[in-house]
Amino acid sequence: MANLDSRIPPGPLADKWRKHKADIKLVNPANKRKYEVIVVGAGLAGSSAASSLADMGYKVKSIVFHDSPRRAHSIAAQGGINAAKNYQNDGDSVHRLFYDTIKGGDYRAREANVHRLAEVSVNIIDQCVAQGVPFAREYGGLLANRSFGGAQVSRTFYARGQTGQQLLLGAYSALSRTVGQGLVELVTQHEMVDLVVVDGHAKGVITRDLVTGKLHRHAADAVILATGGYGNVFNLSTYARGSNTTAIWRAYKRGACFGNPCYTQIHPTCIPVSGDYQSKLTLMSESLRNDGRIWVPKRKEDCGKDPNTIPDEARDYFLERIYPSFGNLAPRDVSSRAAKRMCDEGRGVGETGLGVYLDFSHAIKRLGEAGVRERYGNLFDIYHEITNENAYRTPMRIYPAVHYTMGGLWVDYNLMSNVPGLFVLGEANFSDHGANRLGASALMQGLADGYFVIPYTIGDYLAAQKPGSRPSTDAAAFRQAEENVAAQVSRLLGAKGKEPVNQFHRRLGKIMWNHCGMARTRAGLEQAIQEIGALREEFWRNVSVPGSGATLNQALERAGRVGDFIELGELMCRDALTREESCGGHFREEHQYPDGECKRDDTNFAHVAAWEYQGEGKVPLRNVEPLNYESVKMSVRSYK
Amino acid sequence: MVAPTSSKLISVTLRVWRQEGPAAQGRFVEYKAANLNPNMSLLEMLDVVNDDLERRGEEPIAFAHDCREGICGTCSLMIDGKPHGPHRGVASCQTYMRSFEDGAVITLEPFRAKPFPVQKDLICDRSAFDRIQQAGGFITARAGSACDANAIPVPKGQADLAMDAAQCIGCGACVAACKNSSAMLFVAAKVSHLGLLPQGQAERDRRVLGMVQTMDEAGFGNCSNQYECSAACPKLISHDFIARMNRDFLAASVRSAFQAESQASGGGA
Ligand code: FES
Repeated sequence: MANLDSRIPPGPLADKWRKHKADIKLVNPANKRKYEVIVVGAGLAGSSAASSLADMGYKVKSIVFHDSPRRAHSIAAQGGINAAKNYQNDGDSVHRLFYDTIKGGDYRAREANVHRLAEVSVNIIDQCVAQGVPFAREYGGLLANRSFGGAQVSRTFYARGQTGQQLLLGAYSALSRTVGQGLVELVTQHEMVDLVVVDGHAKGVITRDLVTGKLHRHAADAVILATGGYGNVFNLSTYARGSNTTAIWRAYKRGACFGNPCYTQIHPTCIPVSGDYQSKLTLMSESLRNDGRIWVPKRKEDCGKDPNTIPDEARDYFLERIYPSFGNLAPRDVSSRAAKRMCDEGRGVGETGLGVYLDFSHAIKRLGEAGVRERYGNLFDIYHEITNENAYRTPMRIYPAVHYTMGGLWVDYNLMSNVPGLFVLGEANFSDHGANRLGASALMQGLADGYFVIPYTIGDYLAAQKPGSRPSTDAAAFRQAEENVAAQVSRLLGAKGKEPVNQFHRRLGKIMWNHCGMARTRAGLEQAIQEIGALREEFWRNVSVPGSGATLNQALERAGRVGDFIELGELMCRDALTREESCGGHFREEHQYPDGECKRDDTNFAHVAAWEYQGEGKVPLRNVEPLNYESVKMSVRSYK
Repeated sequence: MVAPTSSKLISVTLRVWRQEGPAAQGRFVEYKAANLNPNMSLLEMLDVVNDDLERRGEEPIAFAHDCREGICGTCSLMIDGKPHGPHRGVASCQTYMRSFEDGAVITLEPFRAKPFPVQKDLICDRSAFDRIQQAGGFITARAGSACDANAIPVPKGQADLAMDAAQCIGCGACVAACKNSSAMLFVAAKVSHLGLLPQGQAERDRRVLGMVQTMDEAGFGNCSNQYECSAACPKLISHDFIARMNRDFLAASVRSAFQAESQASGGGA
């Protein structure tokens, strides 16, 4: 049984973080350089953590599988980043951001973590502006804001449609500065393939050099994983093709608990699937819902018609109808399910019937085409490139797609997993978004963790470690971990099967989408677990991984990742099966109100499920961390 | 999730650069790709070809890609001799098969430039760009040291211009497009983005001097004002930024030659 002490500081909610910072153990400045910290991943969380820790004086090694840290998938975030600045004087506050996030997460996140996130959100914007992030501005030179789903204030900061890229370039520039100063050792094109645990503490990692194929051992006093989310378990998603679960999955197999693996975010506004060959889905930023109106025809017979010929009275603006107070800005899980219900009723549009319209004709009347272009031009361009359609003339077609995973490795208030010395930041951890994440909150969390949380909390752990006590890479645990990885690589190369890796990934994705996607049932999940078991057996027997392990071998890289996804997929289904309620992104058809909304069960499920690996072929153990709501009253989440 | 399609399928012949490793000799190899949906992306077409190769136990074509939506800058293909292919303002991953005729022959190569050595097949090493960044592509602002974000207003026009420069995705198409393998557009975009903002003034001179020096040392060539770079840039970053950088560089060089620097050392009681 894992020890799941959340270590939430005592005292009133609003004082917890301040008090914790004051109580936290400090590492003497002269001692800091004696500690080495490994940071795996260099997205927003990883880059900001690596540079901040280096600036404090720690020795840092930053490990990425990309060819440059600037390519991490945070770069693709389009819409924006939330902060409780209240620059619009529209009633925003730390408390309101905290409350929106807790409610948005359907009361399945920790109050203390979320409050801290809301508190430091204001510092993030200051930090990014100081680094030169070119946020959108008003004519007076002050920062501009817009609204995002699940909020009734304008608190989202943005940089055209590429906020993620600009924030990442800011964090990357800080990382580059510290690399240039010799404070960070940057290791690119290395994939973390195992975590090394010595005497119960995380003390290093094994990496595979993706260019030469060589395995390397890296020792450290603490290890930080900031390796992102695992939505590619569905194969088709808005994630980059390379995003994977390998780092956190292998840490799980070394004892780190996996929190709420079934919490997946399905984003409502993505370009619909067009064919079997498809490798990824493209998001159309939620910011479009500020000015776009979502509808389907009222009558099935109209679905095949040119949308411009369907008069307003014959259109069903279903989000405005069902959720009048939030309208088109209802949260993601709610909007996605509503779109699915419309399509299930037979009122979906497009060739497949799996699509709804996102219409800008009213906005164009109000703002002019130039006004719409100024706000969303690049998104309209992306839409045009992919679909060959002009969305200024005819409405966009959108459909929900997998976009984010709220689940991840379990961490305490210090962002440390149950394996001492192993910290997990950003999307890779489970901590702040509960069962559903609000738009523009992922960037916020990544940077909060890296710039403002880990620099304090890592000291709490390191202060208790003797300087210079990190093990040598000759230690038995390193040798054994390296041998494990080498054996797995040979097994993949030796299978010499008939089926390409992608094919297994596609098959896994279909099982997951059908049974562990937007709507889940007991029977479906049980069937999925069976099917995944069979798929796994077939994978190891029949996968084709040509080439050698001693060169750049993309088939081998993919095979390792898909192997892990298959195992993770099973865990997700198991988690979804045991959670006999609906909450946020987790919708069990058995648990709904008559109008199709989520029916939570706070008596039995107001807790985090943290799964603990029990060994090959054994059913993992489900640990529970109760969620105690002291400040907010858990209530039925309504956006009506 | 899969849709039938009504589009007419096409077939193409690929001439692909295959090179086993950095030191190996490369060569073109032909592959047939048949029955392709024109709405499929060029990279998805390569996935299909690779699946076939893997089925036969042959090594797939190595190519760089990640986001597949034109923002991460990983993809880097010379498509029929053009960086990122026939269309303006898109990356390789945003090139669709409908851009090619049925029966077309498509030549695929890696970006070619001395500072971008080939690692395998269509993948080249662009770490020189990271080294340039490390030499000055930043504003020093340690976490926790910043003032309120609205304390320094930035006129909208200036912020928008900085944003135009900041759009660079670091793909290296500008270098691949230039007969001199110049990285001027890349460096100019970075220098201008930070130099246009009030926050970037303190390090403005050091930045441009450091980045240009590192660029030269990495073996990138000179700019001879042909502006193939801007035309190939997936974000269509304007070559005006090169002129801006040249002015910055000149001014910084003059200032650094004449400006008195304090000789005092740090320390104190
Ligand atoms: S794959 Fe990211 S820009 Fe092309």
